[in-house]
Amino acid sequence: MSFEWPWQYNFPPFFTLQPNVDTRQKQLAAWCSLALSYCRHHKLYTLDVMEAQESPVFNNKKIERKLSMEAIQVVFEELRKKGNLEWLDKNKSRCLVMWRRPEEWGKLIYQWVSKNGMVNSVFTLYELSNGDDTEGEEFHGLEEWMLLRSLQALQTEGKAEVITIDDGKGVKFF
Amino acid sequence: MIKCTHRLIWRDVKNHECCIAMPLSQILFFEEQAAGIGKSAKIVIHLHPTLTNKEPGPYQHSKYSFIKLSFKEHGQIEFYRRLTEEMTQKRWENTPVSQPIPTGTGSQAGRTRAVGIVGIERKIEEKRKETDKNISEAFEDLSKLMVKAKEMVELSRSIANKIKDKQGDITEDETIRFKSYLLSMGIANPVTRETHGSGTHYHLQLAKQLGDMLQAPLEERGGMMALTEVYCLVNRARGMELLSPEDLVNACKMFESLKLPLRLRVFDSGVMVVQLQSHSEEEMIASALDSVSDKGSLTAEEFAKLLGLSVLLSKERLLLAEKMGHLCRDDSVEGLRFYPNLF
Repeated sequence: MSFEWPWQYNFPPFFTLQPNVDTRQKQLAAWCSLALSYCRHHKLYTLDVMEAQESPVFNNKKIERKLSMEAIQVVFEELRKKGNLEWLDKNKSRCLVMWRRPEEWGKLIYQWVSKNGMVNSVFTLYELSNGDDTEGEEFHGLEEWMLLRSLQALQTEGKAEVITIDDGKGVKFF
Repeated sequence: MIKCTHRLIWRDVKNHECCIAMPLSQILFFEEQAAGIGKSAKIVIHLHPTLTNKEPGPYQHSKYSFIKLSFKEHGQIEFYRRLTEEMTQKRWENTPVSQPIPTGTGSQAGRTRAVGIVGIERKIEEKRKETDKNISEAFEDLSKLMVKAKEMVELSRSIANKIKDKQGDITEDETIRFKSYLLSMGIANPVTRETHGSGTHYHLQLAKQLGDMLQAPLEERGGMMALTEVYCLVNRARGMELLSPEDLVNACKMFESLKLPLRLRVFDSGVMVVQLQSHSEEEMIASALDSVSDKGSLTAEEFAKLLGLSVLLSKERLLLAEKMGHLCRDDSVEGLRFYPNLF
C-alpha cells in the first residue's frame, strides 16, 4: 500500500512558514500529522535532520517546493512539544520519532498479552518484538529502545515489570 | 675686522678708538681673490650705491663701487664662509625697522608668515569666506526670480478675485476656461505661508484645499492613492509655492478633524496613503480574494496589473488580506505568491 499524500502536500503555500498566526497553527498541525503518518507507514523510528531535508516528506519535487531548514526545525519542535519526538543529541541533528507514544504501545502489547492469556509469564524483549508469535501484530519489529520505553510505561502503570535475564532484558506481565 | 649680524666693523689695530662700520645691507655681492706671489688673499666686496643717510666715514664718496679686504693668514676662508652665511640669511631684513617684507597680492597685505596650526586654521577660514561669497553671488539671480514670481502670483490672484466679483457678467464657460488656465499655471489663490502664516492655521487651510483638489483623482484611482503620488500631483498643479513633504503630511492629518471626506492611513509596513472615506476596506479585501481565487494564485505585480493599481498599493492590499486570514503566502525562489487560504 503506497503512502497517500494529504492535499496540503501539493499546495505550494504549505512549504512556506505562514506569518499569520492562525494560519500557521493549522499549517503546523498538518505538518505534524504528515510527518508522523509517513514515519508510521515506513516504520521509521529515527530521523536525521540533514537527511530529512531531502526526504520526500519535506521536499516535493513535483511542485518544486521544499521546507526550509528553519521551518523543519519548527515542525520538529512542535512534535517534541506534543511528545512524539525526542532529540538524541544536543546539537539536534538526530531524533527519535514516536509516531505512537510509549503508553499507546504499552497498551497494545498488554492487550495482546491478556488476549492470549499470557499474563503472569515472562518474555524476553526479543521474543516480543521478533518472536513468531507476535508476527502480524503491530508491535512486531518494534525497535528495542521503543519497546523498552513502552514496557517502562506499563511498569509505571503497574501492569508489568522489566527484569534482567542472563545477558538481556525481559519483562513479566501481571 | 669684525663681522656681526648687521654690520662689518673694522677696528684699527693700533688705535682701538678708531672704527669703521659698514651695514651688511649695502653688500651687493662678494668674491674671493686667491693669494699670489707678493699678494695676500683678498675678498672683494661689491656695494650698492650709498644711501643718503650714510653716516660720516673715511670717504664721503668714492669712484669705486667695491672695497677689498686683505687677509694675511688664511683668515679669508673662514671670513668668506661666515659672510656667505650672513648674506643668505639676511638677518637684518627680519627686524621690522629695516626693509619691509615684499608683499604678495593686495588681499594678503599685512599677513605675517603663517606657520603651524594657527596658519592652517587661518587658511581654512579664508577659504570658507571665499566660498560663502561665491555662493551668495551665484544666488543673487534666483532672488530676483522669486520677486518676479511673487508678482505673477499677485496678478493671477487679482484676476481670480475679479472673476469672483463679476460672477454674473462673465459666462460660465469663460470662467471655467480661465480657471483651468490658472490651475495649469498654479492653483488660483494658492495658499502660501505668507497669506496664512505657518502652523496649524496654515495646515487647516491647506487641508481644505487638498480636500477639494483630490476628490477627482482619488475616484479615478479607485479611492486610494499613495502619499508620494499625492505629493507629486499637488506640487505639479501648484507650480509655484511648492509644498514641503512635512506640510503635506500635517495637512493630511487634519482631514478627520475637519470632517473632510478623505483620510490619511498608515499601513503596518509604514506606507502612507490618502483614501476616500467612502472607501471600504472589507470590500477591497473581498474583491482581492475573488481575484486571487479566480486566477488560482497571484503575485503583487499581477494583481497590480489586474486592478490598475500601483504595485506598492496592491502588495499592501494582499498583505492585509493575508493578515485577515483570507490569503496565505508561498515564498520561494520564484517570488512571493498569494493563494486563497485553504488551511
